[in-house]
Amino acid sequence: MAEIAYREALRQTMREALIADERVILMGEDVGAYGGSYAVTKGLLDEFGPDRIIDTPISESVIVGCGIGAAMGGLRPLIELMTINFSLLAFDQIVNNAAKLSYMSGGQISVPLIIRMAGGAGSQLAAQHSQSLEGWYAHIPGIKVAVPYSPRDARGLLRTALTEQNPVIIIEHTALYARKGEVPDGDYAIPFGEAEVIRQGSDVTLIGYSGSVFQALQAADLLTESGVEAEVLNLRTLRPLDVGTIVASVRRTNRAVVVEDDWKFGGFAGEISATIMEEAFDDLDAPVARVCGADVPIPYAKELEQAALPSAQQVADAALKLM
Amino acid sequence: MSMAKARQPSPQPSRKQLLEFYESMALIRAFEERFVALVTQGKLVGTGHLCVGQEAVAAGVCGALEEDDYVTSTHRGHGHCLAKGVDPNEMMAELFGKTTGTSKGKGGSMHIADFRKGMLGANGIVGAGMPIACGAGLTAKLTKSGRVAVSFFGDGAANIGSFHEALNLASVWNLPVVFVCENNRYGEATPVEYALAADHVADRAVAYRMPGVIADGQDVVDVYAKAREAVDHARAGEGPVLLECETYRYYGHFLGDAAGYRTAEEVESFRSRDCLILLAERLRRDHEVGENQLDGIRAEMEARLDEAFAFAEASDDPALDELTTDVYVSYP
Repeated sequence: MAEIAYREALRQTMREALIADERVILMGEDVGAYGGSYAVTKGLLDEFGPDRIIDTPISESVIVGCGIGAAMGGLRPLIELMTINFSLLAFDQIVNNAAKLSYMSGGQISVPLIIRMAGGAGSQLAAQHSQSLEGWYAHIPGIKVAVPYSPRDARGLLRTALTEQNPVIIIEHTALYARKGEVPDGDYAIPFGEAEVIRQGSDVTLIGYSGSVFQALQAADLLTESGVEAEVLNLRTLRPLDVGTIVASVRRTNRAVVVEDDWKFGGFAGEISATIMEEAFDDLDAPVARVCGADVPIPYAKELEQAALPSAQQVADAALKLM
Repeated sequence: MSMAKARQPSPQPSRKQLLEFYESMALIRAFEERFVALVTQGKLVGTGHLCVGQEAVAAGVCGALEEDDYVTSTHRGHGHCLAKGVDPNEMMAELFGKTTGTSKGKGGSMHIADFRKGMLGANGIVGAGMPIACGAGLTAKLTKSGRVAVSFFGDGAANIGSFHEALNLASVWNLPVVFVCENNRYGEATPVEYALAADHVADRAVAYRMPGVIADGQDVVDVYAKAREAVDHARAGEGPVLLECETYRYYGHFLGDAAGYRTAEEVESFRSRDCLILLAERLRRDHEVGENQLDGIRAEMEARLDEAFAFAEASDDPALDELTTDVYVSYP
């Protein structure tokens, strides 16, 4: 068990996969010589060469389409799309092909493709580089969506993705790459669809994923000052969603706050909220609350950007209102 | 750029090969016309994008491929599938939405795929097959399998981003991919002259540093010769080729499209150079093949379609629990 950064957990896990399985290739914009826009693929080109670590032109549609074809052909492509914002250029290939080829072919075709991308805001990169669109991908049957919060998640979820026969989208968070944490070595993997109870509590369940787990944990600390013990869930995958853990927690605490960087309107927090209503309505002592990003494009100025994102204080306030 | 340097002249197809082309084109024609008849008779509900008139492209290009070469196809894909060897019984069953169909009835006309035959799928999204063919080509290159990927697309798809991204990528990575444009002169109802800022789709090859070749898409011998050269070029590791086949669809964009956007004279000018007629003339002239023999082949293909229809009709509808299978690959 070593303490390493989130980006290093990803890098080490990819490196091990490249060593273990010669079918694994890495493709993306500047993943080779440059080492990746978030330095996740640093050094891999030197070790594995240009047939395995393949720089691509800035052509998201063909990068993903090519990954699909290569996966169908028997390779195990790992694609880096830089950010979720740019993945929209490949949205057609992801939604219309990767997600559907198995079904449309009556199960003949499998697409064991991993697409990594960074999401989230907080770096003053403004509206086109700061979105949290993971709910869009989670909406689509046929793909799986992993959203690691910790370095441990990053390793464990990527290792599971590498054993998948289905397309997997891993949405990393730009604000988490440098954060360190303990990461188990060896065969450690986190199965998809198993949320983590990252903090136990009896009064309210705070539900987050990726970066928003951080706000939820901070909010839980704030809540102790008011004598409220919050339980915090780290979802780890949005599809499959661990409904069981969410519902079991809400049955104990009888209150829930969902925390998400994304917009509230039509967002994934609404899905979680509706699921709790369907599965645990009689256990609720208060309506499910959502603390989400402001309903605006993410602004540039630091103060405005911070105001657009959910804060720990907002989460704590929302929880207190349920008491 | 020329592909001709240091290359053997393409072999003229033998009598046997020509008869195989005739059979392949007659099978496609029979399949499509049977589809029309079944819809007209109300035995089959739905519509489809028919390739009647374009059979020489499918037959000539697939005739230049090995069985394990890859093909990606389009919404107008029945011909490519048949020419690549997909079973007409399973294809017809797919159109009927039966459990014995290529995709167990879950895909339909626009999603016929047969992995065993290297058919990576027809595709309902214009231009979507070209990036996928790049990936199949990348697999072939990295695993040194010697396979080639062919991506069929229409003139309309030449204006979509994935065409440009895929040709550029295939060229910079030197992939064994042949991009085959079936220029049938219309993207749905819009004429190619209106939509394409070039005289020919093949002209765009120069922008991607690859050979661009034009074939007479009504003449299977010309299609075969140029496809053969392109496939050999790709297989030899010399990179991708853009092959444009000038052809025509006799029906509209889909079955039921009255196609009022084109003139009777234009349709007739292509029908008079029908691929089956041109090949029949060649077989009679150069190989002394009698009309009886060609009649026999066409009758055989009709019989093949009788069998396919009977197979489809006798097959079971999917059980309702099939609704939720295959969304994800299930583990054994």
